[in-house]
Amino acid sequence: MTTTIEKVIVAPEEPRQSVLRRPKETTGVWSWFTTVDHKKIAILYGATALIFFVIAGIEALLIRLQLAGPNGSVLTASQYNTLFTMHGTTMVFLVGMPLAVAFGNYLIPLQIGARDVAFPRLNMFGFWVFLFGGLFLYSGFFLGGAPNGGWFGYTPLTSAPMDAGFLPGRGPDFWTIGLIMLGVGSVTSGLNFVITIINMRAPGMTLMRMPVFVWMMLVVAFLTVFAIPCVTAALIMVFFDRNFSTNFFVAAQGGDPLLYQHLFWLFGHPEVYILILPGMGIVSEILPVFARKPLFGYSVIVFSGIAIGFLGWGVWAHHMFATGLGPVAVSAFSLATLLIAIPTGVKIFNWLGTVWGGSVRLKTPMLFALGFIAMFTLGGLSGVTHAIVPADTQQTDTYYVVAHFHYVLFGGLVFAIFGGFAYWWPKVFGKMLNEKMGKITFWFMLIGFNMTFFPMHFLGLQGQPRRTYTYASNMGWDKLNLLVTVGGFIIALSVAVFLVNVIVTTVKGEVAPEDPWDARTLEWSIPSPVPEYNFAKVPQVKARDDFWHRKYTEDDQGRLVLRPSDSADYKGAVEERVDGHDIHLPSPSYYPLVVTLGMPVLAYAAVFKEPLLVIPGVLLLLFGIYAWAIEPGTEEH
Amino acid sequence: MSETTLPDLAHALESEISIHGHADTNTGATNAKLGMWVFLSSECLFFGGFIAAYLLYKGRIVSGPTPHDVYNIPFTSVTSFILLMSSLTMVLALASIQRGDHRRFRIWLFATALFGTVFIGGQIYEFTEFYREGLSLSENVFGSSFFVLTGLHGAHVTAGIIWLLTLWGMSMQNKLHVQNSERVEIAGLYWHFVDVVWIVIFTVVYLIPK
Amino acid sequence: MKELKIGRRAYRLPTAAFIAGFSIFLGSCSNENGQNSLSPKGPAAQTINNLFIPVLIVAILIGIAIIAATFYVALRFRHREGRLDNPKQIHGNSMLEIGWTIVPALILAVIAVPTVSTIFALAERPTGPDVLVVDASGKQWWWQFELGKQPMVPSNIVTSTELHIPVNTKVLVRLHSDNAIHSFWIPELAGKKDVMPARTNEVVLEASAPGTFLGACAEYCGLSHADMRMRVIASSMADWEAWRDDQIGGPAQAYTGEVAQLTGATYGCTNCHIFDKSTKTNYGPNLTHLASRTTFAGGTYELNRENLTRWVMNAPSMIAMQAKDCRLPPPATCVGMPSFTKNTPKGQPVMTQSDADAIVSYLLGET
Repeated sequence: MTTTIEKVIVAPEEPRQSVLRRPKETTGVWSWFTTVDHKKIAILYGATALIFFVIAGIEALLIRLQLAGPNGSVLTASQYNTLFTMHGTTMVFLVGMPLAVAFGNYLIPLQIGARDVAFPRLNMFGFWVFLFGGLFLYSGFFLGGAPNGGWFGYTPLTSAPMDAGFLPGRGPDFWTIGLIMLGVGSVTSGLNFVITIINMRAPGMTLMRMPVFVWMMLVVAFLTVFAIPCVTAALIMVFFDRNFSTNFFVAAQGGDPLLYQHLFWLFGHPEVYILILPGMGIVSEILPVFARKPLFGYSVIVFSGIAIGFLGWGVWAHHMFATGLGPVAVSAFSLATLLIAIPTGVKIFNWLGTVWGGSVRLKTPMLFALGFIAMFTLGGLSGVTHAIVPADTQQTDTYYVVAHFHYVLFGGLVFAIFGGFAYWWPKVFGKMLNEKMGKITFWFMLIGFNMTFFPMHFLGLQGQPRRTYTYASNMGWDKLNLLVTVGGFIIALSVAVFLVNVIVTTVKGEVAPEDPWDARTLEWSIPSPVPEYNFAKVPQVKARDDFWHRKYTEDDQGRLVLRPSDSADYKGAVEERVDGHDIHLPSPSYYPLVVTLGMPVLAYAAVFKEPLLVIPGVLLLLFGIYAWAIEPGTEEH
Repeated sequence: MSETTLPDLAHALESEISIHGHADTNTGATNAKLGMWVFLSSECLFFGGFIAAYLLYKGRIVSGPTPHDVYNIPFTSVTSFILLMSSLTMVLALASIQRGDHRRFRIWLFATALFGTVFIGGQIYEFTEFYREGLSLSENVFGSSFFVLTGLHGAHVTAGIIWLLTLWGMSMQNKLHVQNSERVEIAGLYWHFVDVVWIVIFTVVYLIPK
Repeated sequence: MKELKIGRRAYRLPTAAFIAGFSIFLGSCSNENGQNSLSPKGPAAQTINNLFIPVLIVAILIGIAIIAATFYVALRFRHREGRLDNPKQIHGNSMLEIGWTIVPALILAVIAVPTVSTIFALAERPTGPDVLVVDASGKQWWWQFELGKQPMVPSNIVTSTELHIPVNTKVLVRLHSDNAIHSFWIPELAGKKDVMPARTNEVVLEASAPGTFLGACAEYCGLSHADMRMRVIASSMADWEAWRDDQIGGPAQAYTGEVAQLTGATYGCTNCHIFDKSTKTNYGPNLTHLASRTTFAGGTYELNRENLTRWVMNAPSMIAMQAKDCRLPPPATCVGMPSFTKNTPKGQPVMTQSDADAIVSYLLGET
């Protein structure tokens, strides 16, 4: 049989060719630099994003300390502007998106029954770009100005040349170039996911049998591939305006700052769904397992996710209701925004329907999933009040909006991510997270979160504008702001408990069984932690929730019946670990790192207008790409 | 082991150096080819952003030269035609290598790269001319949006030329075959895309009057 | 029986939350800080509020229902030791799913109708001789108001930070910016409108009763965006006309002698400011009638001798600014006001206390 594989795999005519000696190690420290294993890359993504999450959290706490009382003196205006810019930029580009990529990287191949993603080296390249892009952005703190033009970087504030004096330092240069770089990484990982899901499903894994998480990641991947180039174009224009005196956003020359806003939000709104759909996917995986019922209305949940993906392209201007688009355009975008609430609402009802009548286990992942439903709903409802354009003209750019999108992105995405951590931790690391500490994390986070963000609704309606480093003492905002700050520290506490949980269980945690939650999808049918080759035998998928149906069947009343494990039709045992020596896997490679190293060099060349740096940057890129291209994906044994 | 190994999965892992004509992925197309399609669709939005900027701004010129003042349509038509011809030679190159005709393949591939280089040379000439006539990046919104749009397109063509020449060099070392001719096909997809984008730019930017 | 108890407990929490939430909500309605969007004092803000509050109430009710449902399903169907663990495997229910697609759609459709009609109503542009037209400009970081010559205003008036309007009169504010994007927002009178370079937006203000209405720049516009505040002072037509006539008149004291020398040749204030004529604009605020204002420095400081003296001598110590070569005349780029006591450029004098006192006395109209 191996002969068939050989025939398929090896292009024998291709002579051995490589510039550097190929790395071989698949264990040890060095292997983390050259790995192309989607699971290791996922862990790298997750760990790096968690570090950035902590950094962004510290930034948020500093912001809240400054605003704890009126006329705060913890930060200067300049420091405050930098911190809110970096908090937003970090959370969106260095935490939210990479965490979704981390989950997607680990789970997509496992859930569709594949041994890796479509382009393993491109996958590693994406990680390196993310890491170096993040480091590049933060290096601004030491090299003449961290980004300070807001995460949305409106022109002409950001596009005005440095000596115009609107924003001190090189902040916008680091920001535009850093984001272009991160965009390259995001597009490659999006492209990789699209091809993996479209092309690499196990036999029998039809589209409508795919786990909802995979579906949502497919939508996210498409959104990423199409949304990022819009903002890249806008960022290039900003950079040229700022450094090469072009006139894209120079009003006196006929340029129009609104063009930037259109391009930015054409990216920015799909981006919102890029951030939240993975969360919806994670929750859709957790709920059925802990309710011991299939997802209620699978196809409706899938199609509403797709609908959100499409409609997400038609609502961008609802970020611009105050810019003077005129009543006709404004009404159209208002209606489109109301429309997108429908598929979102449907999902919420279907999730509740999933839990209804189940046999509910309130373990940590389930708590976070339920918390997601409740908190995300509140965010969605305040979103509907934004679609009421006249009301939005009072709410936009106030703390009401800050409350709204934190309910969506923290109450939504972050809750889902922490639920996902608790749920998949045993599969990834082979250790159970401590359940008691998990529950403490959840309740602290839920209470802290609501204490932080619920009062912001009132602050916004009472007129407190966002992105302001100070407020006067006679505005009646003091008490609520103090409450918000205290809430922020409770959130920090919950994250600290989670980190302690991780450390403690890593050191002396309970070893996890292969299928601790009695779960439904393919990743639970293989050992924990997952072996390098994923599946010793590639699964033949016969149903949605295939692994579940190998364990259970239904009686004539539709109630759950365990297949006796000694019966003939029982196939629910977890696969044995095997010596995967004869399983062909993609080989490690240096070149993703080499190619990526060229990018920060070029980035610094752009920021400091240093033509001499261009040469080593381009050489590194060209050498890396060439060596990569002629290196075979898999070494022959 | 017989039914247990999955040819399509093993193959898919391999597809970064995929083998022409043998594709048992879910869709039947290789990962690399599909990947290029997805990448190119992403590029459409990238160029779309700059084309939109150009269209928005061409009626808003405050001072300095207008398109009417600087465009030399006959000249640009010729270079555009040459670029268009390069797509034809690209098709011929691919057909040659798929037949195993390495000599013709090298000729056509080199011709493609050459046509591309002529086009870039024309663009450099055009840019210098425009600059001499007073149109610079910073002169007005037309200059900004024109140079950045066509400049980025030129950068794409240049990358394509480097790619083609690399393939040509590999072929000279006998490293390209019928079996891995998909490398050429994928480079061709990119090259055709860059040509199509130019057709759009030429029509929208040069030919459509105010 | 046990189940019933759980059910009741599940209801108690949201009820308490609702009562607590609603009382906070009522509390915030009554926050009379002058900048509360829930406390409308003019027709536009009132219209917005009339649309917003019913939608908000519906949203609150739906939110409570969903949270209650989440608690309910979690607790009601919780697995307990000894109970059967074989839930019925329901895969969906088309009728139900169609239902909960259509019902929200209908609710949203009902909301959409008044939304669109209000959008168009608020976009109406008032015209006629009884409309006061004001040109507001967003600067780095303060507001300039210019009342051009029109039926209600016999001669151009330029002022900053504080806009005086007569009550029950429609005020059409045209918004301009030659720098970054700002957003003009007086919550108790109207929703916000962005102040864009390259286009002139408009917003209509009208106050139903005399009062002071606070506002702020609501679009991040750079370093001291937080300090870019303003106020609209609405008064009876007679009071407003008195204010208008006062503004049209010259400064309280003659702008000659020592003060003219200090603010001119010595410290170069006149590069950006105007001291003796309220009809003209310049790079910085027109200071002719500064004494008639209650606040200054982007509305962040109360106008009094102590604050103003500190400001004149060392403004960057009070508000973060980027002032470089500000002592040179425009077009030297400069954002904000320089310090006249710190980091003095070579060859320029350092401001003395007595010089500052003299300038402040003139500005405050005192001798």
